[in-house]
Amino acid sequence: MCTYLTEKIEIDASGKTPQGWTHLTQATVYVDHPVHHPQEHTVNIDFINPDRGPAARVALEMTQEAAEALVAAIQQALAAAPAGLASAAAAASAAA
Amino acid sequence: MSDTMTAGTVTITSGDGTEIEAYLAHPVDGGPRGGIVVIHHMPGYDAWTKEVVRRFAADGYAALCPNLYHRQAPGAAPDDAAAAVRATGGVADDQVVADVKGAMDHLKALDGANGRIGVIGHCSGGRQSFLAACSLDLDAAVDCYGAFVVNDPPAERTNMKPLLGLAPQLSAPLLGLFGADDNFPGPQETAKLAAELERLGKDHEFHTYDGAGHAFFDTGRPNYRPEAATDGYEKIAGFFGRHLSA
Repeated sequence: MCTYLTEKIEIDASGKTPQGWTHLTQATVYVDHPVHHPQEHTVNIDFINPDRGPAARVALEMTQEAAEALVAAIQQALAAAPAGLASAAAAASAAA
Repeated sequence: MSDTMTAGTVTITSGDGTEIEAYLAHPVDGGPRGGIVVIHHMPGYDAWTKEVVRRFAADGYAALCPNLYHRQAPGAAPDDAAAAVRATGGVADDQVVADVKGAMDHLKALDGANGRIGVIGHCSGGRQSFLAACSLDLDAAVDCYGAFVVNDPPAERTNMKPLLGLAPQLSAPLLGLFGADDNFPGPQETAKLAAELERLGKDHEFHTYDGAGHAFFDTGRPNYRPEAATDGYEKIAGFFGRHLSA
């Protein structure tokens, strides 16, 4: 099925697209048909920068298990590092 | 009759006046012939959709697929275009109807056109095929496993309207091809649509294939079911043959 449902968040990130590294400003997350992964539905994440056009995109398609493992790995990595080490707010205050 | 065809991207004028790209295929010889508007699925104006367009040209029709994502992502790869349009809320129903109207007008103006036009879509395009057939004056419509025809669309998609209430305006015979294992639309949903069309006296023909789920026509996906797809294409050929002949 086409779910039509999309979660969208603002992000501050960089990603490597076919045009090279670029600033990425949004992420969309949705469960729907993949383009490439050999499964009928996957968890899809697009990291995008609409100001730089549709090709400014880093795309992921993964199984539900992979997505859940990724969420857990992100949380574990953050918990293992000093608090706030990758925080944009901390970086801004350090530079001030 | 020669089996030579021509196929490629053309520019058409949508019903709202916007110029958009579209993929056109038709036999070089012959005619008069009917026209078929192919509505692409949510993954966009992609290689599989263009194969479907060429298949109908090989069957003797002029077939045309408007790129519903052209406005927001001109020149983009189909997957990038689909992602960009999704991120901005998806294609509105009103735009779909306008683009199908533009495609119909383009087909009717081609040399050899007999003036009869059908529409077909898969997945989201199946829903949009029904929408088009309830909004425009068509001669045949095919809905391949379109969800949210009977059930209301997701509340967040305010640019998609509930469709079942439009059924009294259905302008053309409807062929519905569904998978028994599909949940969107599920057999109960398609049975409700059939009952409503029966009640309204609307010409329709539905087939639900055992052992098939969603997207069973799509050769590039795991849900491809060759038996259902082969029989489905035979049903489509017969249906368009009956309704799009001069």
